[in-house]
Amino acid sequence: MQQFLNFINTLGRVMTRFFYATGDLAIFTTKAALACVQKPFYFKQLYDQLIEIGFYSLPVVALTTLFSGMVIAIQTYEAVSKFSAEGAVSMVVLVAVTRELAPVMAALMVAGRIGAAMAAEIGTMQVTEQIDALVTLNTNPFKYLIAPRIFAGILMMPILVLIGDVLGVCGGYMVGVYKMDFNATTYLINTWNYLKAMDIISGLTKAAVFGFIIALMGCYNGFRSKGGAQGVGQATTNAVVSASILILIFNYLLTEAFFNM
Amino acid sequence: MKNIQIELKNVHKAFGNKKVLNGVDLAIQKGESVVIIGGSGTGKSVTLKCILGLLKPDKGNITFNGQQIGMLFQGAALFDSLSVWENVSFAVLQQPGMTRAKAKKIAIEKLAEVGLKPEVADAYPADLSGGMKKRVGLARAIATKPDTLFFDEPTTGLDPIMSDVINDLIVNSVKKLGATALTITHDMTSAKKIADRIAMLYEGKIIWVGTVKELEKTDNPYVRQFVAGSSKGPIHMEVKAEG
Repeated sequence: MQQFLNFINTLGRVMTRFFYATGDLAIFTTKAALACVQKPFYFKQLYDQLIEIGFYSLPVVALTTLFSGMVIAIQTYEAVSKFSAEGAVSMVVLVAVTRELAPVMAALMVAGRIGAAMAAEIGTMQVTEQIDALVTLNTNPFKYLIAPRIFAGILMMPILVLIGDVLGVCGGYMVGVYKMDFNATTYLINTWNYLKAMDIISGLTKAAVFGFIIALMGCYNGFRSKGGAQGVGQATTNAVVSASILILIFNYLLTEAFFNM
Repeated sequence: MKNIQIELKNVHKAFGNKKVLNGVDLAIQKGESVVIIGGSGTGKSVTLKCILGLLKPDKGNITFNGQQIGMLFQGAALFDSLSVWENVSFAVLQQPGMTRAKAKKIAIEKLAEVGLKPEVADAYPADLSGGMKKRVGLARAIATKPDTLFFDEPTTGLDPIMSDVINDLIVNSVKKLGATALTITHDMTSAKKIADRIAMLYEGKIIWVGTVKELEKTDNPYVRQFVAGSSKGPIHMEVKAEG
C-alpha cells in the first residue's frame, strides 16, 4: 500500500511539474508573440540577430546540407541500382533534401549554435540582474531581447534552408556526375523536371517554424535560468535539447500536414 | 499624507513554504532618503523588487507616486554588450528625437558627475574595476533625472575608501536631483551617511524606524545588536545548512 502511495505521490509531482512547465511556456510564448507585434520595435537588435543567425550560421548549414546531399546520393544509388533505376537518384536527392534534410539538418545545426548562444546570453543577463535593469530603464525585455530573436529566427531560417536546398542538390550532383558517371545534363534536367513548388514551400515553411522554435527555446530557457554559472549551463543544455526534440516532433507533424492530408 | 512617495502596507511575499515578507509597513516621504537595514536573507532585496514591480507581492498594497526611477544594482548590472556611454544613456537613447551624438554628450556629463573621465565612455563594462562599475551604474541611474532613486547594497564588495566615495556620490546625486531615495544595505557606515531615516527589517517585518540620531540612542535590542555587529543578542543567524 505504501509503495502504491509513493508511486502516486511521485506521479503527482512529475505531472504537476510538467503542467507547470507547459503552462509557463505557454504564457511566455504568448508574451513573446505579443511583443513581436507591438511597438516599440528595436531594429538595431533585429539587425544584429539577422546577421548572427543568418550570416554566421551559413558555413555550418552549407557544409551540413552539401554533405547530406552527397551521402543521400550514394545511399540511393546503392539501393536503386539493384533495380536498374539509377535515374531515380536525382529525384530522391531532390525530394530528400528539399523536404527533409535541408530544413531538419539546418535547424539542428542552428539550434546547437544559436539556441545555445541565446540561452547563454539571456541566462547570464538574468543571473547578473541585467534583465531587471532593463525593466528599471523603462524597457520591456520581451520587446528588446525576445522579439528581435524570434523575428530573426523566423526570417533567416527559410533563407538558410533555401541555400541549403541548392547546396544539397549540388552535393548530389557532384557525387552523381563525378563519382557515378551520370550525364551532367541529364542529371540537371531530371532534377528540374522533378522539382515541385510544394517541395520547396513545405521545406521553407518547416524552416520558419523551426526558426521560431529555436529562438523561443533559447530565450525561454535563458530567461528562466537561476543561480550562477551552473544555472546558465543548464539553461544552455535545456535550450538545445528541447529545441532539437521539438524540431523533430514538428517535422513529423508538418510532414503529415503537407503530404498526408 | 499627500507627500508620501512610496508606501508599503501589510506586504507579504513567500517563495514556496518560505515566508520572506510577513507584513511590511513603511512610508517614505517625498525628498526623503530612507535606508532599510537588516541581515542577509531578511527580505531587503525582495522588498525592493516588490516596490520596483519585479516581484508581485502575495498580499498587501504598494503605492508609488513617483514619475521616473533610477536604480543602482548591487553588481551594477551593466549591459556587457554595450559600451559605457551606451549603458549610461540607455534610457536617454529611447527618448524621441534623441541622436546618438547628443546621448553620448549627456553620458559624458553624467560620467563627470560621478568622477569618471570622458575616456571611460568608449570602454566596455568588462574593462572596468568594481568601483568604476558602481560609478557607471550610478551615472546610468541619474541620467534621466529621476525623482526616485533606489540603491541595492551600493557599497558591497568595495574597499572602505571607495565605499565612502560611492556614499558621497549617492548623497550628492540625491541632493542635486531633489529625489526620494530608498537604499538597502547591511553596511552601517553607509547607512548612517546616506539616510535621513533608517528602517530595520527582521523576519519579514519592519521592526524599527528612526533617524540616525535615534538609532544611536535606541534601546531596541535587535537594532542595538545589528548596529554593534555582535553575535550575542536576540538575533540568531542560521548557520546550519537547510536539509
